[in-house]
Amino acid sequence: MARITYREAISKALWEEMERDPSVFILGEEVGVWGGTYAVTKGFYDHFGPKRVMDTPIAEATIVGAAIGAALTGLRPVAELMTINFAFAAMDHIVNQAAKLRYMFGGQFTLPLVIRTVSGGGRQLGATHSQTPDAIFAHFPGLKVVAPGTPRDAKGLLKAAIRSNDPILFIEHATLYQMRGEVPDEDYTIPIGKSTIQRPGRDVTLVTYSKMLEISMKAAEQLSKEGIEVEIVDLRCLRPLDMEPVLQSFKKTNRAVIVEEGWRSYGVGSEVAARIYEEAFDYVDAPIQRIAQKETPLPYNRTLEQLALPQVEDVVRAVKEVL
Amino acid sequence: MEREQYLDLYYQMVLIRLTEEAAAQLYQQGKIGGFLHLYIGQEAVSTGIVSARLPQDRVITAYRDHGVAINVGIPAKLVLAELLGKANGVSKGKGGSMHLADVQRNFWGGHAIVGAHLPIAAGLALGDQYQGKDAVTICMFGDGATNIGFFHEALNLSKVWNLPVLWVCENNQYGMGTAVERASAVSEIRQKALGYDMPNSRVDGMDVIAVREATLEILAQIRNGQGPHFMEVITYRYRGHSMGDPERYRKAEEVKQWQENDPIGIYRRYLESHAIANAQDLDQIDRRVEQEVAEAVRFAEESPEPPPEALFEDIYVE
Repeated sequence: MARITYREAISKALWEEMERDPSVFILGEEVGVWGGTYAVTKGFYDHFGPKRVMDTPIAEATIVGAAIGAALTGLRPVAELMTINFAFAAMDHIVNQAAKLRYMFGGQFTLPLVIRTVSGGGRQLGATHSQTPDAIFAHFPGLKVVAPGTPRDAKGLLKAAIRSNDPILFIEHATLYQMRGEVPDEDYTIPIGKSTIQRPGRDVTLVTYSKMLEISMKAAEQLSKEGIEVEIVDLRCLRPLDMEPVLQSFKKTNRAVIVEEGWRSYGVGSEVAARIYEEAFDYVDAPIQRIAQKETPLPYNRTLEQLALPQVEDVVRAVKEVL
Repeated sequence: MEREQYLDLYYQMVLIRLTEEAAAQLYQQGKIGGFLHLYIGQEAVSTGIVSARLPQDRVITAYRDHGVAINVGIPAKLVLAELLGKANGVSKGKGGSMHLADVQRNFWGGHAIVGAHLPIAAGLALGDQYQGKDAVTICMFGDGATNIGFFHEALNLSKVWNLPVLWVCENNQYGMGTAVERASAVSEIRQKALGYDMPNSRVDGMDVIAVREATLEILAQIRNGQGPHFMEVITYRYRGHSMGDPERYRKAEEVKQWQENDPIGIYRRYLESHAIANAQDLDQIDRRVEQEVAEAVRFAEESPEPPPEALFEDIYVE
C-alpha cells in the first residue's frame, strides 16, 4: 500500500491500462502537450506519443462522437472532457448516441468507451464552470455513471471502466485531486455498480459519493466526539445504483441523511430517498434528510459560493435532526 | 465492369424503389409505425457510392437509410421486418426505419439525429487509421445536416487528423420543407469544404454511373493518404420528407420535372444505348424484383413480434 493522491491514482490507472493494452488511447483538449489541465496526463505524451495521446480541437461533441466511432472499431478510447460543464456541448453524443447505439441496433454495436470528466464547485470558477450535474447523466439507461470519492476507488474503478465493454461516464472531482489515500500496489479493479460502506456506524445512515464523501467523513468525526456514530455508504456509481448496502444500513439505523453536491431537486438524494421509502418503509423512524446545493446558479464570490455548497455543519445539523 | 455488375446496379435501384413503395403501402395500412423517410428518387446516389467501395470500407448514413441498407446487401425481407418492428428485423425490431445497420456488412447505421453521425464517422475512420487498416469511411448525410455544428466540427477534425473519410452530402434540395437557399448561406454546399481546405467535388446524383465513377476515383485518392474529401451529390426526393408530409413547400410541377430525369430511367437508357441490356432483359429484372418484394412483404408480415423479455436485452454488454 502506498499513500498517493486522487490525481496520481487516476493517472496511474490510465498509464497502467495503456501499458497493458495497445487499444487504449486518450483524446481530449490539452491532454497531450499540455499534460492535462488537471495534470492527470502529465508525461503521457512523451511516453506514449501523439498517436495514443491525442490533442483535439475544442469541440466536445466531436471528442465524444469520435471516441464513440473509434470504440465501434474495437478500440478502447478514453475521451477527456475538461469539465462536466462542457459535456452539455456533447450532450447528444453522450445521451442520444453512446447510451443508445447498442440497444437501438439490436445489440450489434459495442462501445468500450470511457468519458472522463470533472465535476464540482468551490473554486470560484463562476456559474458555468462549477456545476455538479451528475444526476442528469445518471438518468439515461444505456450509460453507466461512476464517481469515485477516494484514491483507491478512483484507480480501481477507472481500470474497471477501461476494461468494460459499455460506455461509462467517469466523473472526477475538481477539489479531490490533492486528496491522499491508501492505494494497493498490485493491479486491482473495483466492480462498477457496487456501493460500499466507507465508515461503519450504528446511529444514522449517511449516503453520499464523490467530494461529499470527504465532507461526510469530517461530519462523522465531529459527531463521533459527541457519541453519535454514523454509517457512511458511498454510492461510487450513480448508474447502475446499488441500493443493497444502503438498505442494509438503513434497516439497522432506521435513519438516513443523503449528501450530494448537486442541486436538491430531481437529484441523487431524491432518488435514494424514494428508493428507501419504497423498499424499507417499515423501517423509517424519521423523515429522510437531503443535503444538497442551494438552488441558485453558483456565484463567483467566495463567501456566496461556500454558502451555496453543502458544508460539514450542514451535515452535522441534518444528522442531529433525524436522531 | 462486367455485364452482370451493370445489371446488378439496375437490380439494386429497382429493389430499393419497389421495397419502398411496398413500405409506403404498409405504412398507409398502419403496419409501420413512427416515421418513414423514403429514398425514392435518390437511388442512384447510394447505389453508385456503395458499389464503389471495398469490403473493408465502412458506410454510415442518416435516417433516410433504406437505400444503403439494400445496397450493402441486407435482404429486403429483413429491412421490411425491421420496419414492421419484428424480432428478426436487422435491429431486432428496436430500431425501426431510421436505425437499420448491419455490422457484418460494414454498415454502421441509420442515424436519426441530424448531423450527429458525422463525428461518429470521424471516429470510425480514426479507428481504422489507428489500427493501420486500408479502409475508408463513407459518411452520407443530407443538405440540412451541413448547417449544424456537428458537421463543422467533424469536417474540421477529419482534416486536422487527415482521416480517411469520404463525406457525401446528398443535396436533395430540401431539409425537411426548407429549401437549401433558405437555410444555407451557400447553396453550392461543397463550398463549405473550402473553409477546411478540403478537396471537394459535385456530382450528378441522378446518374448512377457518374456517382460510381466519381466515388471510385475519390476512394482511391483517400486510400493513397490524401485525407478527407467532400462530395456533394445533386439529387431529389420524389416523396415528402416523411410519410404524411403535406408538401406545401414545393410545386407538383417541380417534382414532375425531376421525375422526368428519373435515375432508374436514365440508367435504363444508358444500358440500352451501350448495348449492355435490352428492354426485355430489364423488364425481366423488374419482374424478379416485384416477386422478391412480394415475398419480402409476406416474410415480414409473418415474422414474429419480439418477446416481452427483449425489452431489457442489449442495454449493456455487462
